[in-house]
Amino acid sequence: MANLMDIILSTSFGYAVLRVTTPILFATLGALISIKAGVVNISMEGTMLTAALTGVVISAVTGSGLAGLVAAVLAGMLLGLMLAYFALNLKTDIILAAIAINLMASGGTVFALYIISGDRGISSSLASIVLPKVQIPLIHQIPVVGAVLSNHNILTYVALLSVIVVYVLIYKTPLGLRIRAVGENAHAADSVGISVIKTQYIALIMSGAFAGFGGAFMSMGYVSWFSTNMTAGRGFIALAAEALGMGRPFGVLLTSLLFGTADALANALQAFRIPSEFVQMVPYVVTILGLVVYAKRRQSMAQKHKTEDRV
Amino acid sequence: MKGITKVYPNGIVANKDVDFSVGKGEIHAIMGENGAGKSTLMKILFGMEQPEEGEIYYKGEKITLNSPREAINYGIGMVHQHFMLVPSLTVAENMVLGIEPKKNNAFFDFDKAVAMTEEVSKKYNLAIDPKTTVENLAVGKKQKIEILKALLRGAEILILDEPTAVLTPQETKELFEELINLKNQGLTIIFISHKLKEIKQITDRLTILRNGRSMGVHDTKDISEQEISRLMVGRDVILEVNKTAANPGDTVLKIENLSFYDMANKPVVNKLSFRLREGEILGIAGVEGNGQGELVEMITGLKKATNGKVFINGQEATKLTVKGIRNLKTSHIPEDRMVYGVAAEGTIGENLISDRYDLPAYNTGLLQKVNDLVQKSNELIQDFSIKCDSQTQQVNMLSGGNIQKVVVAREFSSEPELIIADQPTRGIDVGSTEFIRRKLVELRDEGTAILLVSADLNEVMELSDSLMVMYNGEMAAYFEDASKVDEMELGMYMLGLKKMEVKEMGGAMGE
Repeated sequence: MANLMDIILSTSFGYAVLRVTTPILFATLGALISIKAGVVNISMEGTMLTAALTGVVISAVTGSGLAGLVAAVLAGMLLGLMLAYFALNLKTDIILAAIAINLMASGGTVFALYIISGDRGISSSLASIVLPKVQIPLIHQIPVVGAVLSNHNILTYVALLSVIVVYVLIYKTPLGLRIRAVGENAHAADSVGISVIKTQYIALIMSGAFAGFGGAFMSMGYVSWFSTNMTAGRGFIALAAEALGMGRPFGVLLTSLLFGTADALANALQAFRIPSEFVQMVPYVVTILGLVVYAKRRQSMAQKHKTEDRV
Repeated sequence: MKGITKVYPNGIVANKDVDFSVGKGEIHAIMGENGAGKSTLMKILFGMEQPEEGEIYYKGEKITLNSPREAINYGIGMVHQHFMLVPSLTVAENMVLGIEPKKNNAFFDFDKAVAMTEEVSKKYNLAIDPKTTVENLAVGKKQKIEILKALLRGAEILILDEPTAVLTPQETKELFEELINLKNQGLTIIFISHKLKEIKQITDRLTILRNGRSMGVHDTKDISEQEISRLMVGRDVILEVNKTAANPGDTVLKIENLSFYDMANKPVVNKLSFRLREGEILGIAGVEGNGQGELVEMITGLKKATNGKVFINGQEATKLTVKGIRNLKTSHIPEDRMVYGVAAEGTIGENLISDRYDLPAYNTGLLQKVNDLVQKSNELIQDFSIKCDSQTQQVNMLSGGNIQKVVVAREFSSEPELIIADQPTRGIDVGSTEFIRRKLVELRDEGTAILLVSADLNEVMELSDSLMVMYNGEMAAYFEDASKVDEMELGMYMLGLKKMEVKEMGGAMGE
């Protein structure tokens, strides 16, 4: 056990936490925007997976990491657009449409990978590009802090900056105001001439874009290949992180870090003689525990409101 | 507005050839009972509904309004009964929603929004703190925001849909001062209401609607409250019901100090007490929304009483389930037959047996005695002359009158000792109406106790043996003998112009 503490307290564990938090954070921010607009996007998982494959394929074809990244984000936006079209124009149930996207992505990516490269499980024959790592001047020199914060993949920094971007977007721009109004009382928004559908379209496309970033990180940063079902439920964990973070950008940063820590812990525990199936369970157990805590708190808050109403 | 006629897709004529006009700087009331067509007329003026016939003139020009947005552009604003506000946003943010000020061409300018709110608030003397979150505000303040929202968008005509329905007396007083102030600044206010006193107090002119038709425009100061009440609730046709005098027996239903508070903690039913005896029809008259619906729902177990008790045949029923209350031989004809009366997509047979499918008579213990159930259904269809192809027909294929007969057949055939009949003949044809009324009298003669709630004055007056009036959740009047009640007088109790002293209503409790 002392050994485990050593690992957890090491700088490389802190570094690993940020690394594994990155895709969760992207997906969580995407979920947050969609939920703020009242159209919960549960297709983050499938969208990330699709974007991950797109990034690998395009970067391999063009030889440009940037092109791969752009393509991955565009793929994410396209799936967001698709979900919006199904849910808002064709009026299908948004949850069912998103489940369809998830299922399509999990099978479709394997199929597409096989068609393109002949590989079945992993894109080993594609010479895909990995996005560069960035050393932050000054911070890099500081002991401990530098080892944890510096030398990450560029997308890790993009993810952290995105927290601020999303905060500004939601709370400081007219669009954000409209997104919140539409999500909370669509009739009120409609009555003052705000197009509810248009606002929700924008929110779902943005949410897809963030899933696209998350997917690109998975295959072009976290590892350097695409493999079957490599997102491993991160798109769903994101929904839990969004709920736990109470839908606030900085709140979801903390909850994403919590889930990231669980993920990193699972990785670290693999060094010990614990069955790997058990270890891999850790992030999901944390997710369930987190949701229980969240639900309990919601309940007691609702209870409080009720008693207030009666007095 | 000239010759406005509006027919809804379900065939209900909401407005028939209505003329309506309002001048600059006046407060104009639109009066009428629920369902008289007030709201529809205003929805047409606000572009939410389009009329089948008729024209709208604004400042002398003919206009067509296809959406609220167009109405707003013309300077017509509406404050709905249900507020169109986003609770988690601040007052200023709600104010500018849709017309947000920007800084640096990208960011939302909150300070500017606050300034805009303050400006309009100052101009019209409607004080409000722009930076508070809307969800923390009282209802009166929320209404103020809605009025300000319309003013900020340049409204010159302000439509207020029953604005005082949600307000406390103090808030109402404040609102009236503000409205008069707005009028003095040249605004036109259209005030929808059925509360006579308010209308007298604040309006210049009034238009009365009844059954979708205009009963004329009057200067408020020249028309008496009695006259308004006659125009609003007067009877069109007198329908006679043949019945002998009642022969009441023991008390079946006893209500003691029953109260119901709504979500906002306002009393909807307030300390109501009365009793109903076997072989008696007790009618409850009143303008809709004065607590009758909640009273019925408390008696039948659909709502839980906040305070007070309900006794059925001496047994306390206040906390019983719907089924428990039904087991006390209580039947219920609900106000909304499509919601509580029938399962619209079920067959006639299924609906007829839905209160008794679990009785031993129709069960072998494991399986249902299908043949017996079908036979019973066919009997009921025959007895209540429900016009249909067979008992397997879907209920929603029937006409309104026949759907109501399905409900009535089920409710009347369970040998009830108490029937709660809430608007039993609303919106159905004359034949079915007459049939249901005759059945009610028949059951009364057999000793059933019947509580009749109806917005149809004619019905309550003709059918009831005793009659009470509900106003504002309280009993406003009680008449031992319904046949001696004067319609004019009844109208005044219904509209809150008169209220009996508590001791005058002692008869309601048998004292």
